[in-house]
Amino acid sequence: MNWLLVLVGGAVGAPLRYLTDRTVQARHDTVFPWGTFAVNVVGSLILGALTGAVLSGAAGTGVQLLLGTGFCGALTTYSTFSYETLRLAETGAMFFAVANVVASVVAGLGAVFIGLTLAQAIFG
Amino acid sequence: MTEPVDPDVDLTDTRQRRELRRSHYGVLAVIAAGGAIGTGARYGAGLMWPTAGGSFPWTTLGVNASGCLVIGIFLVVLTEARTAPAWVRPFFATGVLGGYTTFSTYCVDIERLVSGGQAGLALSYLAATVAAALVAVTAGARITRRLLAPKTTRRA
Repeated sequence: MNWLLVLVGGAVGAPLRYLTDRTVQARHDTVFPWGTFAVNVVGSLILGALTGAVLSGAAGTGVQLLLGTGFCGALTTYSTFSYETLRLAETGAMFFAVANVVASVVAGLGAVFIGLTLAQAIFG
Repeated sequence: MTEPVDPDVDLTDTRQRRELRRSHYGVLAVIAAGGAIGTGARYGAGLMWPTAGGSFPWTTLGVNASGCLVIGIFLVVLTEARTAPAWVRPFFATGVLGGYTTFSTYCVDIERLVSGGQAGLALSYLAATVAAALVAVTAGARITRRLLAPKTTRRA
């Protein structure tokens, strides 16, 4: 059952990342990888909120596996993030490469903090 | 053919741009299948090598770094293999590797360490993951390019 929850979450999260990335990338002309940035920040917000819900006792192991390990894990990506950073650096956009790393980590951590605080305010 | 700038979907690539227009349920299905496989592999790694709360999240670091190494290798190989079917990239790069690696768990792990009073450990995990991921993806891509280079020269 645990495995099923994780696999189902992953099977939904990964195509949703693809769709979000495609939608975001079709709407701007800059070299900055906004699509991956968006999924990573949104996924971190959701996982932060889920962590808050778990800490408050509002969410159990099942939800954690389905939404956390499965959905958020597959919605967000480190491989695409680092590959895009490498390509930015290699194509001469070193500023954007560094900005991508700093902005993604700062925004991801901020999103976790906001999600966690909101969830604890609601469920705590 | 140059390597993609976005492994999920590179809209600067004419072939991938077509994915915007075409009905794409097939693409979504292969990404979902790949995503389930990659996510399962990450979950399995966590079961095999569990890390206790408050300690350095080695397993997530290992998963993310190895996924970055493989994507570096894979996208160079795929760029060279001009005859690869169109579903290979969405299945493996977007689905399997995207599902396998995670950014959200990385961020939550850092926050958990900080609120557990382990700010130093959190900072070293933050930096070590970024460093390991970038070294892995760079090494994967550069070594694969070098290995494939003689073949490219012969063909040209």
